[in-house]
Amino acid sequence: MKVYLDNNATTIVDPQVKAVMDPFFVEKYGNPNSLHAYAGETHPHLKTAMEKIYAGLHAPKEDLVVITSCATESNNWVLKSIYFEYILTGRKNHIIVSEVEHPSVMATAKFIESMGCRVTYLPINHEGLIEAQSVRDNITSKTALVSIMWANNETGAIFPVEEIGQICEDNRVLFHTDAVQAIGKLPVDVQSFPVDYLTFSAHKFHGPKGVGGLYIKKGRELMPLLHGGSQMGGYRSGTLNVAGIVGMGKAMEQAIDSLDYEMEDVKEMRDAFEDELLKIKDTFVVTPRENRTPNTTLISFRGIEGESMLWDMNRAGIGASTGSACASEDLEANSVMEAIGADDDLAHTAIRFSLSRYTTQEEMDYTLDVVKKAVKRLRAISSSYAYAPEGHESGLSAH
Amino acid sequence: MGFDSLIGGTIWDQYSQKVTDLMNNPQNMGEITQEQADEMGATLIVADFGAESCGDAVRLYWAVHPKSDVIMHSKFKSFGCGTAIASSDTMAELCKGKTVDEAVKITNIDVEMAMRDDPDTPAVPPQKMHCSVMAYDVIKKAAAQYKGVDMESFESEVIVCECARVSLSTLKEVIRLNDLTTIEQIADYTKAGAFCKSCIRPGGHEAKDIYLVDLLAEYEKEKMAATADSSAGGGAVDFAQMTIFQKLKAVDKVIDDNIRQMLIMDGGDMEIIDIKENGAHFDIYIRYLGACSGCASSSTGTLYAIENILQQKLDENIRVLPI
Repeated sequence: MKVYLDNNATTIVDPQVKAVMDPFFVEKYGNPNSLHAYAGETHPHLKTAMEKIYAGLHAPKEDLVVITSCATESNNWVLKSIYFEYILTGRKNHIIVSEVEHPSVMATAKFIESMGCRVTYLPINHEGLIEAQSVRDNITSKTALVSIMWANNETGAIFPVEEIGQICEDNRVLFHTDAVQAIGKLPVDVQSFPVDYLTFSAHKFHGPKGVGGLYIKKGRELMPLLHGGSQMGGYRSGTLNVAGIVGMGKAMEQAIDSLDYEMEDVKEMRDAFEDELLKIKDTFVVTPRENRTPNTTLISFRGIEGESMLWDMNRAGIGASTGSACASEDLEANSVMEAIGADDDLAHTAIRFSLSRYTTQEEMDYTLDVVKKAVKRLRAISSSYAYAPEGHESGLSAH
Repeated sequence: MGFDSLIGGTIWDQYSQKVTDLMNNPQNMGEITQEQADEMGATLIVADFGAESCGDAVRLYWAVHPKSDVIMHSKFKSFGCGTAIASSDTMAELCKGKTVDEAVKITNIDVEMAMRDDPDTPAVPPQKMHCSVMAYDVIKKAAAQYKGVDMESFESEVIVCECARVSLSTLKEVIRLNDLTTIEQIADYTKAGAFCKSCIRPGGHEAKDIYLVDLLAEYEKEKMAATADSSAGGGAVDFAQMTIFQKLKAVDKVIDDNIRQMLIMDGGDMEIIDIKENGAHFDIYIRYLGACSGCASSSTGTLYAIENILQQKLDENIRVLPI
């Protein structure tokens, strides 16, 4: 059996999404900016797609939703343009991000820090959550931007963006949120709280890869990152990714339609799975369910290094994820687990299962069975539970 | 770099079949209890290395024959990834039947070689090499326990890159011998820094006492110091190789040390206007100041004296031209 449980990394493209994209490769391949019928026949489809994307975010028509190539581009755009407009000109000298942002925010923040901007990295607490108060405490008269993700990709932790947005508005600071993990999992309404910029990406909600977006509130327009032929109102040049935009429109529509299913049925499956896993001794989940996206479980099995767990999952046809040191190519420890900092011994044991509306109960039953067997096998190998003669002093574990 | 750097590979695809098999079915996984050791008439050694909080931990069990020092039985338990488990398993296997003194000679490179399917293809990808180092360290720990000595006593040299086992002295020598200036060059010459990369600079997988960037900085500093010395008359660097600024400083120093005093005593002085390369010659343009400017010997005796001393101290192709 093959089971895909890495939906926070990417998702299967919904067949209906693929179907609406298909005509724009061989049949309707015109460049929308040209002056002929080939261009014209793409326009109604693009318009419909954009309407669906606006509707999905509850964005008023006076605001901008600019389609980009990915969330990484959107995040880079916000931080770098803020740097050019506010920091480089000396009007402001400071931005605030969380210490568990996606690399596309984190690495960009580090980059503009190296260019002379002061950056505050807000810590998360022992449950993996951000306290809105800490944003207020760190804002100065020179703060240009606060960028805090809506939901964390590793833990699924939901950050208090409504409250943070309000704090930013009260202090006249721009607020950006990376909502990549929120679309299709939480209700997203840009009019329900103060937010100036919001990043999203199609492939996280059953759309195609290579299509992202940035919501921009009216009056908060950014200077473009990509200059060129003035597509997307001049805010983002580059020939429109017609198939991608059409696909994203359909995917957004479906994400909104399936939101209830995701928040109830997927959550129920996740919760039941997690309940069963937590029955295994020495097993831990740090972020409380009520503060988590409905599809995500980040769970630690004491004594089992994350990559070895993934190995056994993979052998059984299950795709999951770990951010532990051994697994990642750059050998960095799981930043979220390190940031939580509750128990050092668990820093390398976290494994993430992320479900989707395509996940079935049968798949979860199978996965549960595989996990139980893997825990048994790997704990038998593990030094954490190994015999030691009386009086043996061990530095292997803090316990 | 280039093509190969663009699309990341799956590290598991680069594991040898042996590594895969050992991860799936470790052969020497297990424990030796005190009772079992007693039954064998053996000394039980239980050695730990690493820490769960660091992502790698191993416990090695040896049953050692107390008379012959032969390792009669060897088992392991390990917290870590597939490479760590397979390496620990291989290490435990390699220990069997060896004396403790023979076992301490087993390195992580021996372990990695033993896990290869064919001798020319590495058993694990470069970034996984560090996971095998622990297997090497735990042997030292076990041997130290058995012999009642300090673990460091088995290591005669300071190892900077543990993955490739490159020592501090080797690195220093190779850097100087080949005038290496980049991390890539060090990797090309010695393989140090080519694996897990944590020895390159702080912030990697493991904290180190000394990093490759430190060694490069140290060498760079030495070179700078040498240049500074020679331009100050130390003579280590060839005058012809100096930058124009260094040439000026060197000439000025020689004049200060040997000539200026003499001129000042006569109520004069001189300044250097410019230095120009003229074919094989270095033409140094000077201007006399004060009493010197009208002195008859300024274009004869004094001039020859200045030229002579600069030729002696710096370069025989120097010519001094008063203007």
